[in-house]
Amino acid sequence: MSLGRIARHLWPTVPVLIALVITGLLLVVFGVSPQVGFGAMLQGAFGDPSRVLSVAAFWVPIALASVGLVVTFTAGLWNIGVEGQIVIGAIAASWVALKFNFPGPMQITFEILAAMFAGAIWAGVTAILKTRGKVHEIFGGLALNNLAIIFTNYLISGPWQPPEGGTFRGTVPFPAKALLPLYGDSRLSPISVVMLIAAVVVVFLLLRGSYWGLKLKALGKNPSSAFLLGVSSERETILALMFCGALAGLAGAVRVTSWFDSLRQSISGGIGYLALLVVMLSAFRVLLIPFIAFFFSAVLNGSITLQLRTQLHSSLGGILTGVLVLMVLLFGELRQLKRFDERRVGSRPDE
Amino acid sequence: MSDSELVRILSSIVLQSTPLAIAVCGETITERAGVVNLSLDGTMLLSAMVGFVAGLLSESVWVGFLAAAGVGALFAFIIAFGSIRLRKDQFAVGFVLTLLGDELSAFLGQNYTRIPGQKVSHLGIPLLKDIPILGPIFFDHDPVVYFAFILVGITWWWMFRTQHGLRLRSAGERPEAGFVRGINVNRLRYIYTLVGGSLVGIAGAAYSLDIKLGWSEGHTRGLGWIALAIVIFGGWSPIRGAFGALLFGASKALAAALQRSFPEESVVVFNATPWVLMIAVLLLVGSDATDRLIVLAPRRFQSRLRQLLRVRPPGALGTLFIPGESGGE
Amino acid sequence: MKVAIRDIRKYFGQVKANDGISLVLEPGQIYGLLGENGAGKSTLMKILSGYHQPDSGQIELDDKDVKFSSPAEALANGVGMIYQDPLDVPSMRAVENYLLGRDSRINLAYSGATSEMIENASQLGFEIDPQAFIDTLSIGERQQLELLRLLALGAEVLILDEPTTGISADQKEGLFTSIRKLAKESGKTVILVSHKLSEVQELCDHVLVLCKGKFVGAVDIPCSTERLVQLMFKEIPPRSSRVSYIREQNLLELSQVEFEGERLTVTEINLNVRAGEVFGLAGLEGSGQKLLLQACAGLIQPKRGKIILDREDVTRFSYHQMRAASVAYLPAGRLEEGLVAGLSLTEHMALARPQQGFVVDWNYFQRETQSQIDKYQIVGRPETLVHELSGGNQQRALFALLRSPLKLLLLEHPTRGLDVLSAQWIWQLLVNRVEEGGSILFYSADLDELVERSDRIAAFSGGMMSRIVTATETTADEIGHLIGGEQ
Repeated sequence: MSLGRIARHLWPTVPVLIALVITGLLLVVFGVSPQVGFGAMLQGAFGDPSRVLSVAAFWVPIALASVGLVVTFTAGLWNIGVEGQIVIGAIAASWVALKFNFPGPMQITFEILAAMFAGAIWAGVTAILKTRGKVHEIFGGLALNNLAIIFTNYLISGPWQPPEGGTFRGTVPFPAKALLPLYGDSRLSPISVVMLIAAVVVVFLLLRGSYWGLKLKALGKNPSSAFLLGVSSERETILALMFCGALAGLAGAVRVTSWFDSLRQSISGGIGYLALLVVMLSAFRVLLIPFIAFFFSAVLNGSITLQLRTQLHSSLGGILTGVLVLMVLLFGELRQLKRFDERRVGSRPDE
Repeated sequence: MSDSELVRILSSIVLQSTPLAIAVCGETITERAGVVNLSLDGTMLLSAMVGFVAGLLSESVWVGFLAAAGVGALFAFIIAFGSIRLRKDQFAVGFVLTLLGDELSAFLGQNYTRIPGQKVSHLGIPLLKDIPILGPIFFDHDPVVYFAFILVGITWWWMFRTQHGLRLRSAGERPEAGFVRGINVNRLRYIYTLVGGSLVGIAGAAYSLDIKLGWSEGHTRGLGWIALAIVIFGGWSPIRGAFGALLFGASKALAAALQRSFPEESVVVFNATPWVLMIAVLLLVGSDATDRLIVLAPRRFQSRLRQLLRVRPPGALGTLFIPGESGGE
Repeated sequence: MKVAIRDIRKYFGQVKANDGISLVLEPGQIYGLLGENGAGKSTLMKILSGYHQPDSGQIELDDKDVKFSSPAEALANGVGMIYQDPLDVPSMRAVENYLLGRDSRINLAYSGATSEMIENASQLGFEIDPQAFIDTLSIGERQQLELLRLLALGAEVLILDEPTTGISADQKEGLFTSIRKLAKESGKTVILVSHKLSEVQELCDHVLVLCKGKFVGAVDIPCSTERLVQLMFKEIPPRSSRVSYIREQNLLELSQVEFEGERLTVTEINLNVRAGEVFGLAGLEGSGQKLLLQACAGLIQPKRGKIILDREDVTRFSYHQMRAASVAYLPAGRLEEGLVAGLSLTEHMALARPQQGFVVDWNYFQRETQSQIDKYQIVGRPETLVHELSGGNQQRALFALLRSPLKLLLLEHPTRGLDVLSAQWIWQLLVNRVEEGGSILFYSADLDELVERSDRIAAFSGGMMSRIVTATETTADEIGHLIGGEQ
């Protein structure tokens, strides 16, 4: 094998290596040997079955949001607002949990439906702001993210505060029947895993095999040509965002009824932003998302153990994943992220 | 509310708006050259932390500012390099850097949270600060605030009154026109992105060394995004951008005042204000509202007004420029 | 300054834009550069002005070999070009555009520049407002500004690309006076790229004619129009007798239609196209033909007038509605406007056909695409991404995506980039559609194609449509005149 071919095969691992090296350096600078540091992270994620289940429980909402984001990215949209859509979904689910008492499994079902509906509407607001108000979806999404969080804090410290008084930690806990059934002692809800698999399958089929998926793809690559081919930019933008919002809302519902038992201040805690990274790393390949999301979840859970053992701040995990994505973005061959809008001198046809 | 209290509030607004004004000025420069630096929020977080720690360790605020500017320049360089040389998506790289900046600031600053550090010392300008009303509002602050005044002024002058400003604007508006006049568009883009990024770094330090002293996780979170919105609201002009920063500062002060009167509900209002305002100003700018207003004015003023209230983004913002030939037909 | 162009060659892929051109231009003379679209005039001038680099050949200024690697370098050597769409910065003022890149001094000498501009302009015979913003100026005024700038920077050779488009008669007179002064009194070498034969005759001393990348002749003015047209358009072979499929009824009627483009207002269009007819539009790029097609496609709303399609008033129809009414529009910019780079042929086929339900039957479309590939002889497979196809094949792909049956086909440059045989064969397919009762409205830069394929032809010039001529009865001469703006 020629040197060139070896290089090309090994190339995808370079970003991973760089990320590991940088993380290792940071560990050393802060007085922790890489062995101990990485060891702690590995232990924290995979040390024993209960930890793996924890990683899995953290994984599901990230993966759900990521799967939804593939749809918006396909349409060429930057749905930074996914974080707020998760939060609003959690809020809606909490509302149903606290205010309604449906028989048996209907309770959870309605919570989930409410969450998906709320997430879709929240995303719809961003969409309308964009299509009618010409407000870029990054700003619309960001503002709505913060508004959702502010709303959460208001609910926690106000109307939904626990009986012993507002602690700013969370609302009054939900009744048991409002929560998703968990596997053993873990926080993993098997139902949520089923829903995730369903979501992956649905989005995969949608993007591959439906007219809508094809239209989104055309819209994302060249809106003007897509228009001539019959694709309505406004309609598809709104639908794509709402679809992602629904899945994000679902992620929020899963968070608030399995990972937690009530609405918390950091009910999402950046899962939406994490999901954006997952999608960037996956190069928009739906089937890769669950695996990349699991990796991210493992790293983040591992870094909590790292903090416990070494007193080092758990953001190290975020640094590792961030550097990884950055390296892949800069030096990888992600053709999907290349733009076709280059301006060349003399690019108009000659006469 | 008494006169002196009003003056005090206005003075406080000027102080509080300073970091934002500096950041807006920096990003205005970058975007005028045609590059979008989406990493502002992360840059400001990291530079606020680095500025504080550097200031603490060196016992000099100025070293802190220098270090912070370096951080800003580094992030800006990554974006410029990734975009111009590697031709990757500006937004994607910027966004990842936003998150990275946040994480890095939390990690690297973990041993320095909530401890007292350096503070920029007060420096009222003699004579000027004694002018009734205007004096305390503008001239009774510290060097960082004066720096912001001078910065906005110099940026405006540079951009609109010098040859270099013409070149800067041509790079972002119509790079082909600059190219045909012998201007190295991409080199200019590198330079101004770095300059703008350094200013954003300084803005972050201005926060932790002057306004909200010290460092804690998420210290400046949100400011960078607001700065990006204000750049748009300010029509990519440094002076209007500074007004935008003051506007946001004023809205916060107003919300704070409300909080004193209605403590219960107004926490929500206080926190929500900047974000609602962000949407409102962007809606205003994106719609035809300004054009319709201009048409109502007397004819003589219309062209002036149009120039004053322009909200068109630089024509080539965010696009790649590739000097050299391409195929004709 | 004397300019010698020696054996310049420039290829863009397969296209020989300049195929061994040699010319000598003397100072103090005004040259007209004539030629059809695609003759290579623009490419040659872009090479001379430093925009492009030749693949081979030499340029000599005052008998010295020169090589320019950029337009700025060319200007430093004395060669400046004014484009039809001048390269200026729209959001800046005239004086700022004038000063941009001029020198490295920090401060802008506004007052100096302003008086300089006004004085030089009046010397040349026109007025400018240095404070005006470029985006409020007409193209003619922007060209004047560029002229001032180039002269101030020492241009000895001036190339003007279609300078009289979009300026008033008075301004034109003024411009011509300036040009004569520049040549006769200041000894500049002026090259005027134009298609307006009458103006070339009025202003120039000599005429150089390019055709298909080659230099085919030079004449001195005075010279008859017929001679010029003969040189430019060669002899058009008489149309081969062919069956006409024209039917009785009008398919498309435009009455007093007026619409506005970005730079051009097209007025008083009265046009009837009958079912089974092929109607050709001639004229230079940017004269209004594209706007007419876009208006018929529903992409532009007419400001005045009525459009009737098959007895239905479609004036207010949107693009999607026209599409549903069996009108198809094939734009010229294949990747920019018609095709989606990054999508495969099969995916395009799925989008182009009427939507059937929710799920895409990929197997069906794979087969359908393959059969279209065979039918249109596209070099590619169903899964090939369209931006990987050659230009000619992209053109064929656009045709393959058309639905059947269609009432009206609106085509821009239908066979651009195709070799003769392929063009022939595309037209055969188009004729089939016409046979079935559909109509075609198309524009092309290729006069041969227009005469050969159309039933009737009209020419566009500056937003006005000429009288309509019958293809079997017209001559190259006549069409040349029509394109040149005469009636």
